[in-house]
Amino acid sequence: MAFIPHTEADVAAMLAAIGVPNIEALFDEIPASLRVRSLRGVPEALNEMQIGRLMSERARTDGQPLCFIGAGAYEHHIPAAVWAITTRGEFYSAYTPYQAEASQGTLQLIYEYQTMMASLTGMEVSNASLYDGASAVAEASLMAVRASRKSKSLRILLPECVNPQYRRVATATAGNQGLRFEPVAFGADSGCVSAEALREIENEDITALVIQQPNFFGQLEDVDALTDWAHARGIFVIAVVNPISLALLKPPGEWGTGQPRRGADIVVGEGQPLGVPLASGGPYFGFMTTRMEYVRQLPGRIVGRTLDASGQAGFTLTLQAREQHIRRARATSNICTNQGLLITAATVYLSLMGPVGLQRTAAASHARARELVAALTRVQGVRTVFGGPYFHECVLALDRPVAPVLQSLATRGILAGLDLSETYPQLPNGLLVCATETKTSADIERYAQALREVMLSARAA
Amino acid sequence: MRIHEKVIFEYSQPGRGATDQWPQELPASATGDLPQHLRRTRPPLLPEMGELEVVRHFTRLSQLNFSIDTHFYPLGSCTMKYNPKACNQYAMLPQFLGRHPLAPESHGQGFLACLYELQEMLKEVTGMQGVALSPMAGAQGEFAGVAMIRAYHRARGDLLRNEIIVPEAAHGTNPATATMCGCLVREIAVDAQGDIDLAALQSVVGPRTAGIMLTNPSTLGVFERRIEEVARIVHAAGGLLYYDGANLNAILGKVRPGDMGFDVIHMNLHKTFSTPHGGGGPGAGAVGVSERLQAFLPVPIVGLAPAGEGAGRHFRWLTERDLPQSIGRLSGFMGNAGVLLRAYIYMRLLGREGMSQVGAYATLNANYLLTLLRRAGFDPAYPSRRASHEFIITLKRQARELDVTAMDFAKRLLDHGFHAPTTYFPLLVPECLLIEPTETETKDVLDAFATAMALIQKEAEQEPEHVRSAPHTLPVRRLDDVRAAKHLDLRWQPTV
Amino acid sequence: MSNVPADLKYTSTHEWVRSLPDGSVEIGITDHAQQALGDLVFVEVPEAGRELKVGDRCAVVESVKAASDVYSPVAGEVIAGNPQLASAPEAVNNDPYASGWLMRLRPASGPPITGLMSAAEYQQLLLSESH
Repeated sequence: MAFIPHTEADVAAMLAAIGVPNIEALFDEIPASLRVRSLRGVPEALNEMQIGRLMSERARTDGQPLCFIGAGAYEHHIPAAVWAITTRGEFYSAYTPYQAEASQGTLQLIYEYQTMMASLTGMEVSNASLYDGASAVAEASLMAVRASRKSKSLRILLPECVNPQYRRVATATAGNQGLRFEPVAFGADSGCVSAEALREIENEDITALVIQQPNFFGQLEDVDALTDWAHARGIFVIAVVNPISLALLKPPGEWGTGQPRRGADIVVGEGQPLGVPLASGGPYFGFMTTRMEYVRQLPGRIVGRTLDASGQAGFTLTLQAREQHIRRARATSNICTNQGLLITAATVYLSLMGPVGLQRTAAASHARARELVAALTRVQGVRTVFGGPYFHECVLALDRPVAPVLQSLATRGILAGLDLSETYPQLPNGLLVCATETKTSADIERYAQALREVMLSARAA
Repeated sequence: MRIHEKVIFEYSQPGRGATDQWPQELPASATGDLPQHLRRTRPPLLPEMGELEVVRHFTRLSQLNFSIDTHFYPLGSCTMKYNPKACNQYAMLPQFLGRHPLAPESHGQGFLACLYELQEMLKEVTGMQGVALSPMAGAQGEFAGVAMIRAYHRARGDLLRNEIIVPEAAHGTNPATATMCGCLVREIAVDAQGDIDLAALQSVVGPRTAGIMLTNPSTLGVFERRIEEVARIVHAAGGLLYYDGANLNAILGKVRPGDMGFDVIHMNLHKTFSTPHGGGGPGAGAVGVSERLQAFLPVPIVGLAPAGEGAGRHFRWLTERDLPQSIGRLSGFMGNAGVLLRAYIYMRLLGREGMSQVGAYATLNANYLLTLLRRAGFDPAYPSRRASHEFIITLKRQARELDVTAMDFAKRLLDHGFHAPTTYFPLLVPECLLIEPTETETKDVLDAFATAMALIQKEAEQEPEHVRSAPHTLPVRRLDDVRAAKHLDLRWQPTV
Repeated sequence: MSNVPADLKYTSTHEWVRSLPDGSVEIGITDHAQQALGDLVFVEVPEAGRELKVGDRCAVVESVKAASDVYSPVAGEVIAGNPQLASAPEAVNNDPYASGWLMRLRPASGPPITGLMSAAEYQQLLLSESH
C-alpha cells in the first residue's frame, strides 16, 4: 500500500513518452555499485485493518492511568471542536503559506494567533511560533544577545528553579555559539530565585536573566523585584510563562515597577496547555513575544496584514529578510518551520475559551492543586517543602525515597508525580505534583487513599 | 470568487461564550491566596463567541487555503504527497494522546515499541547504523548533524576543524545551521551539468575541514554522479559527509545514503514519510549516523532492554547516562512524538515492497512531467540530465521576450487550480520553477498541469498583462509585500 | 544605466564616499546597489560615537527580498546616522546620493584614505559585473 495510483496502461504510456523501456532506466545516472538490493529490515506491508488492530493493541498496552504529573506538560480539557477543525485537510495538509493568495486561511489564523499571544503576554508583537518551550528559551537567549547593545558577555542567568529540561536544551543548542548559561540558586524555604545569590553577581556584565513564572516547582516568583533588579543593571529580562496561568497572573509586559523600564523584554513559553494533547511530549509549540523595537531580531515566521492589488486587506508573511532562505549564514536562526498545526489548535482553543473560560480554567486548576496538596499532606510522612503561593503544581517531601512509592502507585494506575531527587540532590525525597481542572475530588481522594496505603505498607516493611 | 472573512475579534460580543466548554465558576476565595501584586488586572484580548460561531469562522478560513487534500501541490523540494488518513487516525488513539511524556516506561511500552521499530526501519532504508528521532524539524536535524560532526572532531582532539563546505545551490538552512553550530561556511561552485566542481572542492578541503553538507539528488533536481569521488576527497582530508535528506524521496528504495559514504543524515519525516505539513509545521527531523558518530547522537533514544527472564521485549529510554558523549537534548521531552507515530504507521503500511516503489514512481512522475513540459516548449535548466523526483524549468526566455516572469506563471497557475511550484529557488538558476509532482499523483493530474502551463504560455504571448496581474480568481489579488514590511501590522487592535 | 556622480569615491561593495568641507565624510550606497535591492523597507544606521575600522559592518539595508550589510569604506568615528531613514527608508531608493545618505564619519587621523575608486573606475566595475 504505497498510495501509488498508476495503472499498468498509465505506466506504459508514461515510459513511452519519456522514451525509456522501464522505470529502472530512469536511474541510469546512479552508479550500479550503489544500488539497493533489498530492504530486508523493513517488514512486509500491513493493510489498514491490520495496522489499526496493531496500533489499538499498543495503545491499550499503555493504558489510561490517572495522571498527576505536570513538569512542563499539562492535561487540560480540549473541546472536541479544536481538533475537528485542526485536522481538516485544508489546514492539516497545507504547506507553509509562501503563496499568500492561496493561503489566506492559514495566514489570517496566524495573525489572529499573534494578536492573542501578544495580548495574553502583554507584549507588542508575537512571532508565528517555535518548536517548543524548551527550544524557545534557547532562541530567546540568542535573540537577547543580538538585541543587547550594552552587554557583550554572552552570559545568561538561568536559575535552577527554571525547568531543568529547558536548561539542558539551551546549553545543547545555543552553547555552540558561545553563550554561557549560569545557574542561580533558589532559596531553600521559598523555592524561588535567591536574592542573595543575585547580590553576589550584581556588578558583573550579564546579558539576560531568565525568569520562569510559575517556576518549575510551581512557585510564584516575585517577578516585579526580579525585573527591576535586571533592568537597573541593563540586563535583558526573558520571561518563561505558562499561558493558562496568564489568565490569573500579571502578564510579563507589566512586570516591574517601570523603573527604568517596564516589563519583560522577551516572553516565551510552552504552548501545549492551549488545546494540545500530552501525546508523549509532542508535537507542541513554543510561543515568543517581544517589544516592537526588537521585531527584527525575532526568529521564525511573522505574518502581517497588508493590502492587495485591488486595495482589499489581506495577509502575508513579512520581514522574511531575517530568515534563513534569504540571509543564509547570517539569518537570525536556521528555523524554517513554525508549529502551524499546533497553533491552529491553540487559536481555536483560545477562541472557545475567551477571557472568561480561560480565567475559569486557570482558577479551577489552582483550586484543584490546592485541594490535592491538602489531601496528600494529610497522609502521614508527607509535607510541603516551600512556603509561598503556587499555581497548579507544588513540591512535596516524603519521609522516604520517592521512586519506590511512585512505582507502587503506578501499578495501581496512578502516575503520582515527578521524582525530583535525580535532578535536585538538595531535594532528596522531593515529589512534584500537579492537578488541573480535569481532576475531580474523587480522583484526588483516590490518589490520597492509595498513597496512604503505600506509605503504610512501606513503613511496615 | 471573493471571500472575505472578518478578523475573529470583529465577531466578539461581551458576555457571549462557548460556555459549555468552561469549568464552573468558583468563588473569588478559590484564588484568594494569590498575592495582589502578582495578579492580572485587565483581561486579555480574546474573542467572546459561541461555539458554532467559532467553528464557522475557522471552517471558512480553512476554505481559503490550498492543500494537498484539495489541490495538486507540485512544490519542489517539499514532497507534498498524500498524507494517508489512517496515519492520523491511529496516531490519535486516546491512549496515545493522553500519555504524559514523563509517564514511566511501564506505561509506554506500546508507544516505545513503535518508536523503536521506526528507528530500525529508518536505519534500514538509509543504510545508517544509529538513529535518533528527537529533532523537531529538518533544520533541527541539520543542527544535530553538524553538532555531532563538531563533537566527533573535538573528542579526537582535532580542535581546528570548524569549516563546513556547502555547494552554492544548497538550501539556506545549510549555511544558517553551520553558523548556529559555530562553524564557518565555505561555499563551492557546481558545474554546468549540475555536478559539484571537484577542482573547487579539492581547493577548499584541508586541516580545517569539519565536513561537507550535500543534498543528493541536489537541489538542482539531478543526481550527484561523482558522489563516491566527493566522499573520497572529503574523507581523505579528514572531514565528514552530511546528507541533507530533503530529497530522500527521490531515492527511497533505490540508493541508501550510508552506501554513498555519508556519515550523518537528517530525514524530513514530513516529506519522505508523509506526515502532515500542517500549514508550516510540525516537522520531524530524525537523524541517522554511521558507526563512528553513534556515541554523539542526541538523547533520548529508544533502546531495547537486555532480554530478561520470561516476558517479551522491554523498551527503555536511553539518556545522557547511556550516551555520555551525546550532544544533548534538543527538545523538552521526546521531540514531535505524535509525528513520529504517523511516520511509523506510514512505513508499516508501505512495507518493504511499497518502500522500494516510492523513489521509482516519484522519479517516473517527474520525468514524465518534464517530458510533457519540454514538448510544450519550456526550457529545462539541465536539458542533458535525467530528472530525479523533481526538476527545474527556467523561464528566463519568457522573462526577456515577454516580460512575464516565473512568479507570474506561478500566480497564474493558482487560477488554474494548481498550487505553484517552488519559485526562485535555487537562486543559481534565473527565473526558475522547481517542480516535484510526487508518486501519489495520477497521470491525469500531470497531463492537466502540463496543459495549464501551455495555456499560460499562450496567454503570456497574447495577453501578457493578464498573466502579470494574476491571480484573478482567488480570495485576494497579489499582496503588497513592501507595504507589509514598511507599515508593520502584526496584530489586530480595536479601532477607537 | 545607473547614475554615478563624478565627484564621489566608490568601493567595490557599492558604497559611495563624499568628502565634506569640514574634513568629515558622508557615506551611502550607490544607485546601482539600491536598484539591485529593490524597494527598501528598513534601514539600520550606526549610532553616533561608534568607532569603525575599514570593512566593519556598519549598517543594514533591507528590502522584501534581501537584507544586505553595508561595510564602512573609511575608518573613523561615527558623527551621525541619517535619522530620516527610520521612518522613510525609501529615501535611499529615491535619492541615494543626497537625502538617502547613511552616515557621517570623522576619519581617524593617520595616513590619508586609500583604496577607493574614482567614478570612472566604479563605472568600469559595473560594466564588468554586468557581463
